[in-house]
This record gives sequence, structure tokens and C-alpha cells, in this order.
Amino acid sequence: MGIGGGSDMYRQQILDHYKNPRNYGELADPDFSHTGENPSCGDTITVDVRLADDGETIEYVAFSGDGCAISQAAASMLSERLPGTTLSELAEMDREDVTDMLGVDISPMRIKCAVLARQVAQDGAKLYEGDIEDLDVTKTED
Amino acid sequence: MDTVTPKTCYGLGPNHVVMGTQQYALDVESIRADFPVLDRQVGGDVTTPGPGEGDDTPLVYLDNAATSHTPEPVVESIADFYRTYNANVHRGIHHLSQEASVAYEEAHDRVAEFVGADGREEIVFTKNTTESENLVAYAWGLAALGPEDNVVMTQMEHHASLVTWQQIGKKTGAEVRYVELDDDGTLDMDDAAAKIDDDTAMVSVLHVSNTLGTVNPVEALTELAHDHDAYAFVDGAQAVPHMPVDVGEIGCDFYAFSGHKMCGPTGIGVLYGKEAILDEMQPYLYGGEMIRSVTYEDSEWEELPWKFEAGTPVIAQGIGLHAAVDYLEEIGMDRVHDHESALASYAYDRLTEWDDVTVYGPPGEERAGLVAFNLDSVHAHDLSSILNEYGVAIRAGDHCTQPLHDELGAPASARASFYIYNTREEIDALVDAVDEARQLFA
Repeated sequence: MGIGGGSDMYRQQILDHYKNPRNYGELADPDFSHTGENPSCGDTITVDVRLADDGETIEYVAFSGDGCAISQAAASMLSERLPGTTLSELAEMDREDVTDMLGVDISPMRIKCAVLARQVAQDGAKLYEGDIEDLDVTKTED
Repeated sequence: MDTVTPKTCYGLGPNHVVMGTQQYALDVESIRADFPVLDRQVGGDVTTPGPGEGDDTPLVYLDNAATSHTPEPVVESIADFYRTYNANVHRGIHHLSQEASVAYEEAHDRVAEFVGADGREEIVFTKNTTESENLVAYAWGLAALGPEDNVVMTQMEHHASLVTWQQIGKKTGAEVRYVELDDDGTLDMDDAAAKIDDDTAMVSVLHVSNTLGTVNPVEALTELAHDHDAYAFVDGAQAVPHMPVDVGEIGCDFYAFSGHKMCGPTGIGVLYGKEAILDEMQPYLYGGEMIRSVTYEDSEWEELPWKFEAGTPVIAQGIGLHAAVDYLEEIGMDRVHDHESALASYAYDRLTEWDDVTVYGPPGEERAGLVAFNLDSVHAHDLSSILNEYGVAIRAGDHCTQPLHDELGAPASARASFYIYNTREEIDALVDAVDEARQLFA
């Protein structure tokens, strides 16, 4: 059978981040920490964020979790991307920003894996800023 | 792959068909000619349905437990209905309506004969297996169950019955129990005998597990239910498409399955129910079609099975299902079963050659035509994405058995499922693609 075009979705960058996750672990003194999951996939992500003295600029990000390559690589890339950006810039990140960051086409069925870390970071920031209350765990299917 | 010795279960009898270097229990080559979709190439743009630019990888369709493909005679039967005698049933005196009514009623007769029911009175057309479950749960369960009763299911139950009886349990106060599994993925029948007791009102079990491939002893479970004056409901969504089923031999009170998993169209399911029980049950949906007479004050119900088919029914789908039954019976359900068993056994053997592959459920010979598995280093969703790059269509996820996956300790699994048109070469393609994924993630 034909080998169709190689594994576009799993380009080297994603596999690299999946196998060698950046900033994996927990921060000692995060300003906020939040967890999310894709119940049907079993993907889980916890994102820890520490802010600069201005209380607005993200200084350090760490993540931990378990799941498919897309969800874990997206979290790893996000942990490199976020430091230096502000909470309002984080709030504005949309789906396209995530797929641009991943640099591959994500099939419609896998998009929730790709956006999980971003959603967790955004919900964590909203909880920190008091924009939402009472959210234990982010669930992407909600 | 040509060096692989055919399994003895392929047999070498008079009905034996050779295709290329392979021997099959049925004529795979001529069957494949009835399914044009199998010649498709995939891999390009998915936002526009149908073949298009970038589709350059041959399709290997191994997701038949989710839905099977539709052979030309079935497509033709539906097209013929719409082209030549489309009309609503049971309400027109005109010619077309009579033709459509006869065809729709005969579809019930044909399905009754196919599964060994006594007649059309025992065959209700629904939307799918899930609706068949809900029909009994609402029409019988809500009225009959109370806090003193229990409903017994199994740990391998599909959400179609699990969620339905779980929620009916919450509404009525009835307790819901699950028969546990042995380590090999078969039912613990001692546990079944312990859980089914004099307070059991319903035993609702899968005939064939859509995840483990286990074929459950539904006759024995029905007997256990009847020993305690409980009803037995068998979910045969993964059984009727793949093996001979006779509801009379099983003895169950209800039996449900779907058209789209057995070469028929989507949008039609079947509920078999013993006539005496259906007769006692009140309707689940009200409206037109299901009434004999109506006044402003009251209504009388139509006779079986129409009492349970409110509104304009699934006419085209029923006619398509009739054609699907004809198609499968012409092949022969014994041969369908033998072909799939051989494929499943081959897939099981090939996948278990690797130490880093976990296959769920009983060994090859005892399973139905599907294999759910996990590769240690690769999440099932990643695996399915990579297989898709090679044109191999499988299912990845929890297959609507989330509690069972919790028991298995895996949030998701990959599942390859086979049908009449699949070949050993396609299983080789699956295994090769799994190996590619392994290397990619190594």
C-alpha cells in the first residue's frame, strides 16, 4: 500500500516536544495553578504560572500532565511561548494561535487535544483575576 | 504476507474461495465489487465530502463496528423507492402509497424471518439500537420499576443500555447492578448468578462486546433472568450483522440491533419484543400512525408493531434494511461469521506478536470480528491519526464503553473491526502502519 506523504500531523517539532517536554514539572510558588482534562481522551494538563512584579506579565510557566502527543506537545510549546506575554494577551489567544504555534494541520477531531493547555492557562488566569469562580477542573468538552 | 499459512478455520470445503494467494470463507473479491467506496483514495481535504484533490492513499476500512458500508443493491433499493414509489405509508388510498405500504410492511416480515421472530407484530422499527433500548426503558421500565427492583447489566455494557437503565434507575429508585468480568474479558457467570436474584426485574446484556469482542452466553443469561421472573433484553448491535441470530433459540424477551452496521442505511434500528409483552406495554411516542381512533377526549392504539411507530416511520430505511438482509442471507450468515472470525484471529495473532501491544478481550478463536488494543508508547488517538496517514481507518476512543475502559485502566483504545469485504492484506496494512507509529514515537 502507498505511504501517503509522511506523518504531517506529527512533524518533528511535535514529537520532539512530546518526547522532551520543556518546563515539565511544578513551580515552587506559582501565582496560579489550574488543571484541565479531555474526559473522553484521558488527556490531563496542569499549568503553573508565576507573574512578574507588575502582576500582569507572565514570568515562568511549568506544566505537568499525561495524554496524547498533541495535547502534551501543545502544553510544552505554550510553556515556552507564554513568558513575556501579558495575561490580557493570553486571554486573547484563540484556536488559530494554537495551531499556528503547533505548525501543523490539526484534524477537527483532535482540536480539543491541541487547545487543552491554552484553555487551562486561560481559565487559570480568569480564576486568578476573579473573572470566574468555582471552576475546579477545565473540561474541553464543556 | 504470502508466506503466512492460512488458519485451519478458513477450511477447504466446497464453498471455499481463493482470492490472490488467500483462501476465504466467502467470495471477497466479488463482494468488494459491490462496495465502490472501498476503491476510494483518502488523505486530502476533509472539509468537502467525497473524493478530491490530495486523496492519494488507498482506503483500508477497519471501522465496521462503528458502521458498515452499504452495497450497491441496498443503495439501489433506496434510490428505487425514491425514484419510483415514494409515498407515505398507511394513509393513502392511492397507488404509490399502497406500494410503499406493502414494501414497508414486508420489510418487517423479512427482518422477523431473519432473526427468528414469530412475525411482524414482534418487530418494531426505531431509529437505532439506542432508541430500541430507550423504548423498553421508558414504555416498560418507568411503569414497572420501583425501589424494590433491580436491573442487572454487565461491566462491558455499551452506553446505549448502561446510561439508559442507569437513568431509569435514578427515576424509579431501582438499583442497577453490573456483572463483573473475568481476567480474559468474559463474563463471570458465578457473579451473574449471584447478582440476578428475585428482586431482578430486567437483565440487559450485550450479545457481543463492541470493545472486547466477547460473545456472551445470552441463552444462559436469559435462563437466569427467567428463573427469577425477570425479563431479558439483549443488545445485538454487534451480533446480528456478524453471525446467525435466532431470538427464539435465545429465548430473550427483547432484542435490539441497528441497520447501519449490517449493510443497511443509517436511521433505522430494530426492536424485537415478544408479542404478549409488547401487547401489554403502553406506547413510548404518541402521534399519528400509532392510533386506531382519536377523539378530543381519548385515543385507541393501532395494532402491533405500528403502536410503537408514531409519526411518519423510517420507510426508505426499512426498505433498505430489507435489501440488506437479502444481501447478507445470500452470502450466508455462517460464512459471514467464519470469514470475520478468521480475520479477527489473524489480527489477534499478528498484534500479539509484539510485547508492547495489549489486546483486550478473549483469544482469537473465541472472539467476534473486532480487536481493541493499545500500543504502549503511543496514545490511541495518536495511533489513529498516524494510521489515517496510511489510509487505515480504525476507531480510537472509549467506544461508548467508558466505565469498561476505566476497568481496563486505559482511557482509550484503538479498535480494528472487520466485515465481509475485508482481507488479510488489509490487516497486514494495519500491522505495518502500527509498526510505523511505533518507530515514529521510538
